[in-house]
Amino acid sequence: MIPQQKREIIIPGQFLGDIKHKKAGRGTFVENGRIYAEILGILDERQGQINITPLKGRYDPIENDFVIGIVQEAMPSSWLVDINAAYPALLHVTETPWDIDFGETEKYLNHGDSIMAKVLQVDSEKRIQITLKDYNLYKIKSGFIIDVEPSKVPRIIGKKGSMISLLKKYIKCRIFVGQNGRIWIDGNDEDIKKVVDTIKLIENESLSFGLTNKIEELLKKDAKDVR
Amino acid sequence: MKSDVKLIVDGKRLDGRKPDELRKIKIEAGVLHRAEGSCYIEWGGNKIIAAVYGPREAVPRHIQNPLRAIVNARYNMAAFSVDDRKRPGPDRRSTEISKVISEALEHVIILEKFPRTTIDVNIEILDAEAGTRCAGLTAAAVALVDAGIPMKDIPVACAAGKIDDQIVLDLGKEEDNYGSADLPLAISPRTDEILLLQMDGHLTEEEFEEAFNLALKGCHIVSELQKKAILDKYKPIMEVE
Amino acid sequence: MTILPSIKREYLIKLAKNGKRADGRAFDEYRKIEIEPGIISKAEGSAKVKIGNTQVLAGIKMDIGDPYPDIPEEGIMTTAAELIPLASPDFEAGPPKEDAVELARVVDRGIRESEMIQVDKLCIEPREKVWMIFIDIHILDHDGNLFDAASLASLTALYNTLVPIERLRPTLEKLQEKFPSIKNYLEEHPKDYKLPLTEPPISCTSVKYNGVVAMDPNLDEEETAEARLTVATDKNGHIRAMQKGLNGSFTRDEVKKVIKASIDNGKKIRELLYKKIGN
Repeated sequence: MIPQQKREIIIPGQFLGDIKHKKAGRGTFVENGRIYAEILGILDERQGQINITPLKGRYDPIENDFVIGIVQEAMPSSWLVDINAAYPALLHVTETPWDIDFGETEKYLNHGDSIMAKVLQVDSEKRIQITLKDYNLYKIKSGFIIDVEPSKVPRIIGKKGSMISLLKKYIKCRIFVGQNGRIWIDGNDEDIKKVVDTIKLIENESLSFGLTNKIEELLKKDAKDVR
Repeated sequence: MKSDVKLIVDGKRLDGRKPDELRKIKIEAGVLHRAEGSCYIEWGGNKIIAAVYGPREAVPRHIQNPLRAIVNARYNMAAFSVDDRKRPGPDRRSTEISKVISEALEHVIILEKFPRTTIDVNIEILDAEAGTRCAGLTAAAVALVDAGIPMKDIPVACAAGKIDDQIVLDLGKEEDNYGSADLPLAISPRTDEILLLQMDGHLTEEEFEEAFNLALKGCHIVSELQKKAILDKYKPIMEVE
Repeated sequence: MTILPSIKREYLIKLAKNGKRADGRAFDEYRKIEIEPGIISKAEGSAKVKIGNTQVLAGIKMDIGDPYPDIPEEGIMTTAAELIPLASPDFEAGPPKEDAVELARVVDRGIRESEMIQVDKLCIEPREKVWMIFIDIHILDHDGNLFDAASLASLTALYNTLVPIERLRPTLEKLQEKFPSIKNYLEEHPKDYKLPLTEPPISCTSVKYNGVVAMDPNLDEEETAEARLTVATDKNGHIRAMQKGLNGSFTRDEVKKVIKASIDNGKKIRELLYKKIGN
């Protein structure tokens, strides 16, 4: 009854263990001393704590996450930004490197602009604030953006960045993976398409073992030049 | 409605089923590209598709609940889903069904995680043959799981009824039209909590007990089918090389 | 609701300048088309069509009604479309808004002007009772080019439509009391029979963005588009209906090119349709 197998798929309401022996981590809830899963995901047990890594769902913002946002609306001293969460995020003028007068926000960021931002704060009411005030945060000027399931982001980045480094090794592109499932790619047309296709492949086969090797083989075959 | 037709003869129903037998059910998770979660179900002659969007910020602002998410289930029948074409748009029956389904789902979804949002559940009846609200709720539940919505359990629904003085499971079309009672039931299968319960017709207390128990059994059988559909969708990407 | 990031729009335009589309297709190339006829048992006719990821379901219902006074011996056809909230995060529940109305009317126009349905054969009692055909389009999944998917689904649905004599026999027999000649009608048509049809019009939709014209736009291309043109052609390559949409413009040359590409693709899609309906 209690799932033993690593990488077993868990569904909501599934019994995972007793609070007497285990700790209830992310993606679980406790009822009458018993731990149950609350989302569709993969079992991830560490040091006696049961967590469920989600397979689906919107982005759940965590402070300090790097995200790619798309500006929805410019307001007099702030912007509403879509970061693929259940709520739009707020970017205040004071959280940008610019000196903006009241009502001049549109001159800097407008509806449809893409930004590389960081999650500043998520309060108890789930209101999200983001910031552009960091040397590696900015307004994105060119390139392409694709959306993937936020739950697939760890796979696309790989253990200690192994997967993403592989992509950058074989394809001449700037690639940035936002924690919120948005990926920015910049380079020439052909290379962008190669990155997009590879990422789609990783997304579809994200749970397979040996994926990193498989991807490396494919990229090697395809590579014209290696950095 | 009264009829001279016998609905059950020697323990065999018009479509050949036994009194406690379900119609043929097929469930498929994740069938749409745009929707965040989706499910297609065939239950007897019913063909239903459910899709989930959300949680997303509730607009206009005045409908927001500052403490939790609002579940907005919308049950709709396609114009071509019934014998006599149905005029598009919600009618009073659809509105009521949408309400009872929303309320059933709200009990199992962990709403406090998403204040000020709505979780939109769309249930489209494409081909109708009795029991659409049960099949619709069953599909909606799978769509919610497919969308990654946090839930305490995966709700499921099934109906029982009375035909020719006999209690039977899962009424078919003629049985729904000519039978003397219809009891749709939705539960949280893990706890057997009752989330949706409606009845119309004529049942004694004993008959109700019998019908309820039968519907409960039916719910548990369908629950296994829901779980299988979800695992079938997600297991293949786990193939070890 | 869903916003197309500006850089994506600019990227599509840049690609187009280099003669490319984001998914690698040629500018007059369609995505994969899948046609599934007869999937709804309650409908007199039905079909589901997939173009790429776009999915549209069309159902045909028939009923008996009064003819229009100016065409007293012809059947009546009406088309309705619903952009149901299921299909896109941007579709709202409620009565059809202008997009849904335009979609329905454009699909309707192609079918009506090509005279595909032999409405003169749908008279039950001259000046009194005729068959009414209701085409209902249900968008299930929106990934661009709803016009062509909806049109193709409607056509396929018409091809597997059976006039419901059996289901409406009680009504027809009751009408005999008032119009005795309906008896002859019932003798001529004792059971369900195939809807009398001729050749179908095939609708082909193109969009224009930054001076480039692309056929069968996917969602991103549609969101980038300034103008849209749908052309319905018949088996002889003649034009039966056209509709320009959105607030951009076309040049005469562009329209000519679109017509040519629509005739070409119309032929290909017509063959695909015939294969499916067993013509």
